[in-house]
Amino acid sequence: MATEIKVPPLGESVTEGTVTRWLKKVGDSVKIDETLIEFETDKVTVDVPSPANGVLSEISAPEGTNVGVGGLLGVIAEGAAGAKPAPAAAAPAAKVEAPKPAAAPAPVAAPAAADLDRSGPAARKLVEENKLDAASIPATGKDGRLTKGDVLAAIETGSAAAPAAAPAPAAPRADHPREQRVKMTRLRQRIAQRLKEAQNTAAMLTTFNEVDMTAILAIREAYKDGFEKKHGVKLGFMSFFVKACIAALKELPAVNAEISGDELIYKNYYDIGVAVGTENGLVVPVVRDADLMSFSDIEKQIGAYGKKARDGKLSMAELTGGTFTISNGGVYGSLMSTPILNKIEIRPMMYLALSYDHRVIDGREAVTFLVRVKDALEDPQRLLLDM
Amino acid sequence: MTDSYDLVVIGSGPGGYIAAIRAAQLGMKVACVEKYVRLGGTCLNVGCIPSKALLQSSEKFEEASHSFAAHGVKLSGVSLDLDTMLARKDKVVADITKGVEFLFRKNKITWLQGTGKILAAGKVEVALTAGGSQTIETKNILIATGSEVMPLPGVEVDEKQIVSSTGAIAIPKVPKHLVVIGGGYIGLELGSVWRRLGSEVTVVEFLDRITPGLDGEVGKQLNRVLAKQGVQFKLSTKVTGAKKSKSGVTLTLEPAAGGPAEELKADVVLVSIGRRPYTEGLGLAEAGVALDDKKRVKVDGHFQTNVPGIYAIGDVIAGPMLAHKAEEEGVVFAEILAGQKPHLNYDAIPAVVYTWPEVASVGKTEEEVKASGVEYKVGKFPFLANGRAKANGDTEGFVKFIADAKTDRVLGCHIIGPDAGTMIAECALAMEFGASSEDIGRTCHAHPTLNEAVKEAALAITSGALNM
Repeated sequence: MATEIKVPPLGESVTEGTVTRWLKKVGDSVKIDETLIEFETDKVTVDVPSPANGVLSEISAPEGTNVGVGGLLGVIAEGAAGAKPAPAAAAPAAKVEAPKPAAAPAPVAAPAAADLDRSGPAARKLVEENKLDAASIPATGKDGRLTKGDVLAAIETGSAAAPAAAPAPAAPRADHPREQRVKMTRLRQRIAQRLKEAQNTAAMLTTFNEVDMTAILAIREAYKDGFEKKHGVKLGFMSFFVKACIAALKELPAVNAEISGDELIYKNYYDIGVAVGTENGLVVPVVRDADLMSFSDIEKQIGAYGKKARDGKLSMAELTGGTFTISNGGVYGSLMSTPILNKIEIRPMMYLALSYDHRVIDGREAVTFLVRVKDALEDPQRLLLDM
Repeated sequence: MTDSYDLVVIGSGPGGYIAAIRAAQLGMKVACVEKYVRLGGTCLNVGCIPSKALLQSSEKFEEASHSFAAHGVKLSGVSLDLDTMLARKDKVVADITKGVEFLFRKNKITWLQGTGKILAAGKVEVALTAGGSQTIETKNILIATGSEVMPLPGVEVDEKQIVSSTGAIAIPKVPKHLVVIGGGYIGLELGSVWRRLGSEVTVVEFLDRITPGLDGEVGKQLNRVLAKQGVQFKLSTKVTGAKKSKSGVTLTLEPAAGGPAEELKADVVLVSIGRRPYTEGLGLAEAGVALDDKKRVKVDGHFQTNVPGIYAIGDVIAGPMLAHKAEEEGVVFAEILAGQKPHLNYDAIPAVVYTWPEVASVGKTEEEVKASGVEYKVGKFPFLANGRAKANGDTEGFVKFIADAKTDRVLGCHIIGPDAGTMIAECALAMEFGASSEDIGRTCHAHPTLNEAVKEAALAITSGALNM
């Protein structure tokens, strides 16, 4: 009996991708859940696992082919070599994903995520004791197992809330050609396409305000050592912005809304996208239920996302379903499924910018929103008193 | 008429015969060329297996002679029947090499009995033992010809008075004085055999220490234990000549650094200064197969030589000359040929010295770790504090772990003690999975076992040994 290998569902807004690499050749025996194909979509690179035991009998989509969701990639024939039933230990990787009823996580396999059950006792103990999310720690052990060293490194880098590594010094311009044509990656192509789409569909408008950061700087100065000691993570700016935005979103629900056909969907949950720049482009992992999180939770989550983003290990589920996005550098483009471009841009001179869809948000609301954010940032005690 | 194969393996040692079996399992049509009358190569015929048979037998003799009394077992008139001991060893070899013949039949591997010569990629000429020659067509050729004893200029092996390891497992009469040239594991194992059987044994080593590859602390301990058992050591000493007479051999020794010569009389001399790759008559030069500076066949990460279609594994390429290293390479090679993507971790290959106590190690020695500049921690546990070792009356030795000070990852493990060679497997497995010393310390070990010493040594790095 032959089993077809198909492109798995890739998440809400992704319809196709490119086969970048086949890890098996025709004739190779394959086991269920063994990674067969590296498949690049606009957002992430996904490993496609084998749906069955057997022998790879046909490659329908060779490397470089574009295939849509559900499209045929290859065929596995029942074979003698790998016909044993899959070991019971092969736990589905999906179970590490935190449940989130509102935003259904896309059912994409994320085999890079560490499998704590199969990791050694020392790693398990450290993860428990430090209340870490095992799935967010890059695993270097055999077959995705976490080593003790991996966990120790995660604890350490978590506390170092990673300023991005200094960019390598630009190579001197020698006798290279003045121009170079390089094919855009699918990620870059999709960013370009979505940004243009967003501009076309949304009635995008941006409003600005400025904010005095003195109070936040003073708080950070006063508490940075104690905070890091207690929580193992540096007190950054981002947690303040997330908290300030959530306070403002609660007051102005329209900013946390989206258009769906002729309806408006107001969201009572606060899944905040935080833009992270990587070598391959800007990605926006989503901090789920950020309103329920403490400052330290938010900082830890952002730190972990930053590391995963740089390692290319963000799963589709972690990139989709944001209700509002904060960026401290990129100006344009929601990568999210929400058709509204909600943006705050934070610059060193502390300008705030909110990009919004005028179809949903009136100018009054946008201006008020920014004033609320500004108030909260200039006088953070308001956050405490829910004012 | 020419036959045609997917793979022709030259050499049927542990590397070659395992590669042949694995390739056959993966559906290839395989032939193996072996010129010796039996399959199995050095390891099965004149190496690992017969020497272990003699080590086991001689240890029983030693126990009966010296240790039974302490256990309350009284024996009188213990005597040695060397002929039976050697015959038993020969039977073990015969049985086990027949086992390989059976495995060949089972896997439909053709044994081409003769001497193989590579004519070119895809073509092997076999000078048949039965006479005549045959040219074989094959898609792939695997060189698995192994190694041979390294000769020592001026001390020519005749396998009677001056023997190599091959002759040392078949000395018909216990020599009064056996001089072993070379303090590596082969010389120490075979020296141990004959010491137990009654020889006076002197080991002459050029370096200032025996077993130079071992962790320094472990090597020193082994030297001490063997000396206590009665083996004499002449370190930093070189052998410059040998004179044979009817009654024995007179060796000329000089200090390694230079100085006045002295003479040493022996009944039998064992030359065990190492082994060298065996490629003679293989036709490598004609086929254009490149060697490295140590005359080993040069291969890439997939065991391919510079000539496409010609591969090599085992003692004939770089790396430790160990049967199990060759076996793993044989498996990995066959799987690569079949399109799989296996990986061999050279940092987790164990090594064992089958003296008593045994010495076993995996990973880096403390000297290597120190030289690499990594900060590390050491945990040790002596068998003297292990319940089972006490009960057995085998308390010599210790377990030593070296772990990265920061990540706690195990970098090396070194055991000198009873059954160390069996116990090292758990440490190799741990290293293969990147385990920390804490992982081993947290793994439940049955009581009372010798392996508890492994766990305790691991615990000594993090939370502290419990029974010390």
